[in-house]
Amino acid sequence: MSESRALTAGRSPAFSLPSPAESPLRRPLGVAGLDAALGGGIARGRVHEVYAGAAGEGPSAAGFALMLALKAGGAQGHIVWLGPRETLPHGPGLAELGFAVEHILFVSVTGEKALLKAAADIVRSPAAGTLVVDAAAAAKAIGLTESRRLTLFAERSGVTALVLRGHGGQVPSSAETRWLVTAAPSTPIEMEAPGGPAFAVDLVRRRGGPPSPGWRLEWDRETGAFTPLPGAVPADTGVRQLAG
Amino acid sequence: MKSPLRHACGAPPPRTGDELVVFTDRIANAVRLTALSPAAVAKGLTPNLTLADARARFPELVAIERDHAAEADLLARIVAGLARYTPMATSQPRDGAMLDISGCAHPFGDERGLARDLAGRLKAGGVTARLGLGDTPEMARARARFGALEGDILALPVEALEADAATTTALRRAGLKTIADLACRPRRMLAARFGDLALRLGRLLGEEDRRITPERALPPIFALRRFAEPIGRVEDALACLEDLLGQAAVSLLDRHAGGRRFIARLFRSDGAVPLLSVETGRPVRDPAIVMRLFRERLEALSDPIDPGFGFDCVRLDVPATEPLAPAQTGLEETRDPAEPLAQLIDRLAARLGPHSIRRAVPLNSHLPECAAMLAPPGEPGAWRRPTDPDPPARPLRLLDPPARVDVTYGLPMGPPRRFVWKGQAHEVARWEGPERIAAEWWRRSIAADIWRRRDAEDHNLPLPPGAGGLTRDYYRVEDADGHRFWLFRHGLQAEKGRPGWYLHGLFA
Repeated sequence: MSESRALTAGRSPAFSLPSPAESPLRRPLGVAGLDAALGGGIARGRVHEVYAGAAGEGPSAAGFALMLALKAGGAQGHIVWLGPRETLPHGPGLAELGFAVEHILFVSVTGEKALLKAAADIVRSPAAGTLVVDAAAAAKAIGLTESRRLTLFAERSGVTALVLRGHGGQVPSSAETRWLVTAAPSTPIEMEAPGGPAFAVDLVRRRGGPPSPGWRLEWDRETGAFTPLPGAVPADTGVRQLAG
Repeated sequence: MKSPLRHACGAPPPRTGDELVVFTDRIANAVRLTALSPAAVAKGLTPNLTLADARARFPELVAIERDHAAEADLLARIVAGLARYTPMATSQPRDGAMLDISGCAHPFGDERGLARDLAGRLKAGGVTARLGLGDTPEMARARARFGALEGDILALPVEALEADAATTTALRRAGLKTIADLACRPRRMLAARFGDLALRLGRLLGEEDRRITPERALPPIFALRRFAEPIGRVEDALACLEDLLGQAAVSLLDRHAGGRRFIARLFRSDGAVPLLSVETGRPVRDPAIVMRLFRERLEALSDPIDPGFGFDCVRLDVPATEPLAPAQTGLEETRDPAEPLAQLIDRLAARLGPHSIRRAVPLNSHLPECAAMLAPPGEPGAWRRPTDPDPPARPLRLLDPPARVDVTYGLPMGPPRRFVWKGQAHEVARWEGPERIAAEWWRRSIAADIWRRRDAEDHNLPLPPGAGGLTRDYYRVEDADGHRFWLFRHGLQAEKGRPGWYLHGLFA
């Protein structure tokens, strides 16, 4: 007992870190119903998980996670992308989505262990702003313990962490929210051309609140905000005149 | 020091010694002579003459552009060599050196002996030099430039004062042609009319002495600690290293510098010297920051440092430094907001290797795979953000290399209807395109057969499309489930009989 007290006393400088906010700062996503379901918006200084709905939904999940990061961190906030070198996002593609690419730092790692260590390191530093961890290939490595550790660090530093999981089974975690993302048919623009990014999003889990499935969202790069996707549009059957 | 002047100026080796060699500079948009060979001076050429005029008079003129950086380099080497005569040696830009030889002349007999030795040494090194002795730096300078080694200072022209051109002209107009003319006048009058001229005169005549600041190479920054007994724990050695970092920080602060690279050597008693090296993205001095980097580095080692029989000595070197102004930490915390991110980057770089931390930088190319580059985090790169409401034209994930897909299409040059990727069929529901991206023929070597084909057809056609690479037709397609892909047809019909299809990217 005395030893533990001594340890506590010795570690007292650790408590000079900003104490975890009881109610985190929330940034609205721009869709009224979804913000209400989230209790005001996406929580900063927390861990959020984004699962891909199926095998081919990786890009949609990555895109959605990045957009959440942009909403959570603000337009000029720093975003750190951590993941394997093979699946780093394409710079011009990010710029086309409305990101300030000069504020995005890419950290590439190989191996699950290095990924976890680097993620903990980045989340601990308040400078990181927002972290997106591409753990799709390392889905098994982040279990309950690892996610709790990330949550603790995130609460202390105020860094928002978005963990990209693959499409496998959902594992227990201490994340604030868990999203299941699949691509949705976009709103066609003129000439029946495919439109901007569109997602079918299920908020499958929220800490301290009910889940809220069945959202269909669209990303507007001009305003940098989500908008509800207008009702399902029947897809083009493919019988068309060749342009030009 | 083998004929450094010639090396520095890039002149050919002397053949006869009487070529008209001149060195030129661009002054106010005109190429003018600024340095002349003795032969050129003998022919009547003067500095400040334009090269065109000089050439008109002497077509055989050898004109060489002056390389000031190389000259400064040479001068620095000469000054460093002059340290054999006195520790107080400094360069006087752009072509002089000043030595304070007070109390240094006795090995050579007297000052004249020293000057003789110096002249001989410079001559042997291929340097033409004029020497002057004087009681003050200004007096020596004036004698070297305008008079003889120990000539009469009063007989020197007023130019020896090296005042600005207007003052010199004014003095000449007033009939004051030599120093003697000025020396006999009341100083107060000179000061009232010409400002600092009285001061210059005083210094030239040796009435007022001003010391010179010697140039000395800064010693490398290092800190070292030996132990009476070898210490057996790496932790203790690191604690000692932290102490050394504190010492190095003091020396760095004195120089207003920060370290960019730190090397720690732990000398083991059996002779092995494990080495730890860390680099930082910006100059740092704070021992705590560097220590953290060292610990990261230590953790990232594949096999930990083995203390063996203990460490005898710990040494810290700071081989790379950069200017870093001393910062005052005030009562109010006003910290540079960029600093913590730089620290985070350094820490990650120490652990993961510097190549793991990257920023995307746009490149000037139409080819999607060449449109961006991953660069070090310090690299600036301005991205243009689209402001129209159009959907993204570039994918979030680029496949490198593009994946070959089997495509069903209605028309040979038409859009894809259906494609199979990774064994899965995708029906194209919507599409947009083509966006035609031609190969960058100006970058590639042009295949010889294209030229041959052009010649054989005997047509004066422009360069056929696809010279040096195939044209790509990109389509943005969406399948029935809403997945968005970026496909391209590799080659036009004219370039290739059956163009292949590739998947190059995936949209969000």
